[in-house]
Amino acid sequence: MALMVVKFDLKKRVKLAQTVWFMYWFAVLAGILVLSLGLFFKVELRKRSELMDNNESHFLPNLLIFMGLIACGINAFGGKVCYDSLDPTKFVKWKPMLKPFLAFCVVFNALLFVTALLCFVMRIPLQFTLAEGLRNGMKFYKDTDTPGRCYMKRTLDLMQMEFRCCGNDNYRDWFEIQWVSNRYLDFSAKEVKDRIGSNVDGQYLMDGVPFSCCNPGSPRPCIQLQMTNNSAHYSYDHYTEELNVWKRGCRDALLSYYGGIMNTIGALVVLVTMLEVAVTVGLQYVNSSLSTLANPEDIESESEGYLLEKTVKETFTDVMAKMKAMGKGGKVEEGGEEAVATVS
Amino acid sequence: MTLLKMKFNQQRRVRLAQGLWLMSWVAVMCGAFIFCLGVYLKTELLRRAEVMDNTEIHIVPNILMMVGLASIGTNWVATRVCQDSLDASRFPRWKVLLLAWFAVAALLCCLLLAVVVLSYALQGRLEESLKEGLRNGIRFYKDTDVPGRCFQKETIDHLQMEFRCCGNNNFKDWFEVQWVSNRYLDFTSQEVKDRFRSNVDRRYLLDGVPFSCCNPASPRPCLQYHLTDNAAHFNYDYHAEELNLYNRGCRRALIDYYMGLMNSTGPGVLSVILIQMTVLLSLRFLQTAVEGAMALENPEDESEGYILEKGVKETFEDVKAMVLSMLKFAQVDASEVQPAAEDPEKADETTEKAASPTPASS
Repeated sequence: MALMVVKFDLKKRVKLAQTVWFMYWFAVLAGILVLSLGLFFKVELRKRSELMDNNESHFLPNLLIFMGLIACGINAFGGKVCYDSLDPTKFVKWKPMLKPFLAFCVVFNALLFVTALLCFVMRIPLQFTLAEGLRNGMKFYKDTDTPGRCYMKRTLDLMQMEFRCCGNDNYRDWFEIQWVSNRYLDFSAKEVKDRIGSNVDGQYLMDGVPFSCCNPGSPRPCIQLQMTNNSAHYSYDHYTEELNVWKRGCRDALLSYYGGIMNTIGALVVLVTMLEVAVTVGLQYVNSSLSTLANPEDIESESEGYLLEKTVKETFTDVMAKMKAMGKGGKVEEGGEEAVATVS
Repeated sequence: MTLLKMKFNQQRRVRLAQGLWLMSWVAVMCGAFIFCLGVYLKTELLRRAEVMDNTEIHIVPNILMMVGLASIGTNWVATRVCQDSLDASRFPRWKVLLLAWFAVAALLCCLLLAVVVLSYALQGRLEESLKEGLRNGIRFYKDTDVPGRCFQKETIDHLQMEFRCCGNNNFKDWFEVQWVSNRYLDFTSQEVKDRFRSNVDRRYLLDGVPFSCCNPASPRPCLQYHLTDNAAHFNYDYHAEELNLYNRGCRRALIDYYMGLMNSTGPGVLSVILIQMTVLLSLRFLQTAVEGAMALENPEDESEGYILEKGVKETFEDVKAMVLSMLKFAQVDASEVQPAAEDPEKADETTEKAASPTPASS
């Protein structure tokens, strides 16, 4: 019993072929969209790879680019087949390829759906990469004279200004590391010696933050240094002060930025998957309607189109049997050779 | 002597009409492009309206938007004319409109040229406007509690960070203004009292700048305060330090930005003028060729197309005469009323004169 049978006359077949051809062109554009989304995401990751220790995984954007290219290819091919399906002479040369092509399309659609799911799931590894990268980045803030790390200060400053964030979790992260280079510290001054002596690692720690943490929306000029000392500034209470520096941590800010990008890409890939499924179903109907012509010589005769030749269960058992046969075919050949070897 | 006479057979006329139809649609797109350009320029100017003192420069985007819309309409009319030009029954109704169309199209080209000229000519006015606006912005930086000015600080900070500039001409502008609000100054402290007394206007002036002047590319953490005091910071020389703060003034930065915008749109506008002129001239050729063909016995025959029926000078004289005659017609109307009033008297006189000799003759 065929699945979802629909009767087709010539007019209906022509209309179906035209519609599916049209949809295939949209699907080509959708493939280009997936490709460009992958490229965009790759560029965005590259832009801030310094903040992620150059450790970030490019698996997802590469996968998107790959799927986009394949989608463009199979959709263009499918469109050509649909265009030729109206001409029986041209369609004949495509006919033998169609069944494996459709099977490949089904597999491709499943992979595309998996890609969409990955877009939503890959947020979690990204979170860990960001946390690690930012922590290391802050450690190298002062190393503006070390080759390879001399741009870390500028990168971090620009990032904190752009994303309106400070530190990893919050601004207090800056209190725990030395972010002033030793070149600008007067080691003969008592204050410097006290600070360096106050901790085990001999680091110049202070309760201050870089200028890029400052919030322009604050009504008073930015208080960067001696932040925990209320008496150092007039009319200042560091417990109630909210607008002075950015309150958000940069890990949260970057994660929500990249998370937004990935969610959007995931939603768009789901839509593209639905379009791909629709065109695959359409092509299956075109193929089946042209194979079941009541009178093969007369193209105007009626035909039936179906989704699956047998029911789902029977098709599944057929596929399993075929795969077993292929597996056994290999084994039979080996057994035959052994038998031949033993005989001789 | 006709100007630029060309022969057109039927096939050439058809080709001209088709080509012109396509060209007119391109010109419609160009009109839309000009409109979008005007909108973009206007939004960019409005975004920084707070640091501009006057809105004289807004005439450039305003003209662009107007011309863009007018150009869309005008060129759409041209496409309709092209479609009707090969149909002898429908073409005559455009006859009167075409004269007005040519005038409007020429006016649009002149306006676009004026825009290009204005965008260079108004640079000085823009600079003045920015100078005054930035000066006020810096003066009111501290007034975060005064309604109407409470966002000046945020505006100026964002401006300095985005355009990588500091102050009006350079960072020393901040030394001359009190940019710390009185609410955050401890008036009991000796330092504050000294600073207040050090100048005539009793302002808290310091040799420091806001944080938004800081340059992230500097290798050392930003030095904002005691900038002129070399002893206040380790390993610091005020005269040799270049990367600590932004060196550029915000006025120069903004002028460069806006001039860059207008310069980059220059070639686009000039090419749109070219396209519009091409459409204008081609439509004139089409009009004269089709009208010539319609006047022939066999409309499929060859006809002549030209730009002007007579030479430039003669056409100019003709137009002048027409305008004068229109003016004279208006004058003659006024003077005809008086002679009509005098005429009955003159008629009476002549009848009297005619009447008087008759008794003599009889």
